[in-house]
Amino acid sequence: MSDATANGYPARAQSLLKTQEGIVLVLAVLAFALFSLLLPSFFSAGNILALVRSVSILGILALGMALVVIARGIDVSMIATMVVSVSWAFVIARSGYSLEFALLIGALFAIGAGLLIGALIAFGDVAPIFATLAAGSVIYGLGRTFFFTLEMQNVPPGAEWFSLIGQGRILGIPVTVVAFALLCLVLHLVLSRTRFGWQIYAMGNNPAAAKIIGIPYRPMVVAQYAISGLIAYGAGLILASSASAINARLFNSTMIYDILLVVVLGGIGLNGGHGKVRNVILGTIFVGVLLNGMTIMNIDYTIQNLVKGVVLLLAIVIDSLVNPRDEQTSQQGDL
Amino acid sequence: MKTTRWLAAACIALAGVVTASAQDKGLENPRSTTFHKTLEGKKVVFLPLSMGFDLTEGWAAVMRQQAKRLKYSFEIRDPAWSTDAGTKALQSLISEKPDLIVAHNPDIQSYARLLAQAQAAGIKVVQINLESNTQTDSYVGADWTEIGEQAAQAVVDKCSAGKGASTKVAIDTGVPTAASDVFQLDGIYRVLNQHPDIQVVSQQATEYNPEKARSIMDTVLQQHPDLCGAIGIWDNQDTGTASAIQQAGKSAQVFLVTSGGGNKVGCENVEKGLFNLYISYNVPLQGEILNAEIARLLLSDGAAGETKTLYFNPLTQITKANVNQRNCWTLDDLK
Repeated sequence: MSDATANGYPARAQSLLKTQEGIVLVLAVLAFALFSLLLPSFFSAGNILALVRSVSILGILALGMALVVIARGIDVSMIATMVVSVSWAFVIARSGYSLEFALLIGALFAIGAGLLIGALIAFGDVAPIFATLAAGSVIYGLGRTFFFTLEMQNVPPGAEWFSLIGQGRILGIPVTVVAFALLCLVLHLVLSRTRFGWQIYAMGNNPAAAKIIGIPYRPMVVAQYAISGLIAYGAGLILASSASAINARLFNSTMIYDILLVVVLGGIGLNGGHGKVRNVILGTIFVGVLLNGMTIMNIDYTIQNLVKGVVLLLAIVIDSLVNPRDEQTSQQGDL
Repeated sequence: MKTTRWLAAACIALAGVVTASAQDKGLENPRSTTFHKTLEGKKVVFLPLSMGFDLTEGWAAVMRQQAKRLKYSFEIRDPAWSTDAGTKALQSLISEKPDLIVAHNPDIQSYARLLAQAQAAGIKVVQINLESNTQTDSYVGADWTEIGEQAAQAVVDKCSAGKGASTKVAIDTGVPTAASDVFQLDGIYRVLNQHPDIQVVSQQATEYNPEKARSIMDTVLQQHPDLCGAIGIWDNQDTGTASAIQQAGKSAQVFLVTSGGGNKVGCENVEKGLFNLYISYNVPLQGEILNAEIARLLLSDGAAGETKTLYFNPLTQITKANVNQRNCWTLDDLK
């Protein structure tokens, strides 16, 4: 499948239902229309904003994941990096340092963790899924052993500006949503307009060829994981600010699968090489519509998880039908 | 005659000296000696849901102090929120045969049979704060039904017809199979069933995750802007619920009741006006009762499982009016 056909607009418009992206788009629109008709006050400006706000954090994390997945990697350590770096920053702030300084340390930790994971994958030739899976446990274990005793950390008192990140509004739109939108724009420009973006696609499409044509393969891998670590940290700050606290127990939750759900559902194949920011937006909105609708309908937690699981499974099946594994794609990086 | 008198006087004087010297050394209390000798060298193992949160860290600190004072060994097997790891730990403990296990149940079913097996193997078992279906030598902790009743009563007082913005109430639970959830919901509905005017508009599980609690409350407030009351199941998760209420500008309208161990972090949220009522089961107090039960069972000659007792500790209702040092604790206070 050449890039021109896979990503060409006319081809997509003609056969909307033949691509996963198209199918998800149609499903999202259907779900949206159905909920609007059946659920009173689903279709209101307030609810739509609440819907987008509630999935923005998931969306931001998915952007980081998408970057890595497009380059044929995966980062399942994002939640560990997120909770440990933010919790540690809060502990430092509570022990008497300024919040700004503490946040800087948190950021450095997140980037450092990403660099190490990247190095492990790039120079140690460890498969990304295993490297990040193990690194997640190591990061979380380090955090729990050395940085903080209590999993639950309230936002340190006395920094009003910090609460604005997750709770403030710009022109009536929650800052969280604005942050998601901005990050979408930045990542879109990076992926479509820069050499870095072009190289990411090349690495995902054919790692061997990418190495031969002189792409700085290893530094690029390290950079990707550092970026996904930093994005995870940013998402953690927004999350902590909006809920006034962060709970490191998120590491044990299904959040990492929700992120993968957004990425795969939106149409970014796990075998790398293709996918755009609009796929992440689509996935985020579809998951948001589903979760919001189910919450309004007061659907039981177990059934909500079941629905999410079935949808993820369907998305993976469609993904493998639309992006069939062939000799080239199944060589490495396949899950 | 004279000599006899002298002799008698000398004898009396001598007796006096002997008695006085006996009183100087004090009297040995045979019960104290037995108490210390019996407890010395015994082995107590704590199997928490997970270390790293206010409740388990608090109990462990109090238990560790007594173990140190009475010279018995105290160990913690931390399954880190994994029921599977907890089950395995319990299985290996049954073959290790410590003198006593303090078990903190993830739900009412998972450990039920194993706890019975442990007792059959001669290990005494105390359950702390979360019960299982098996009644063991002792249970120390909150009566979740009572918490539910108190929470529902408080909400009924604020929201029954004509009193609040509406008669609508939302309930945020944690994990649907935990003792805290099933028994507390029973307590809540025992009260609410007597007040048919109260409408439960949403009942959702949050997995103890503050951000999820926040999203749910966001959505509920969009659907029911006139919501009057909310009951949350744990202060750690309800920080998120409270943030959603505060950001919607409805702090004065929505009466939020939560419960927890009375950690300073929860108390800070009462002071800030995020929680209107905080039902505390007082971790330091539970720790002391736990210690008394451990000592009592270790001293008792009775076989494991021979007599079964339980003690539901008193609850404290914390509001802005009585947030004080006696009601709120930090981990450093207990260490």
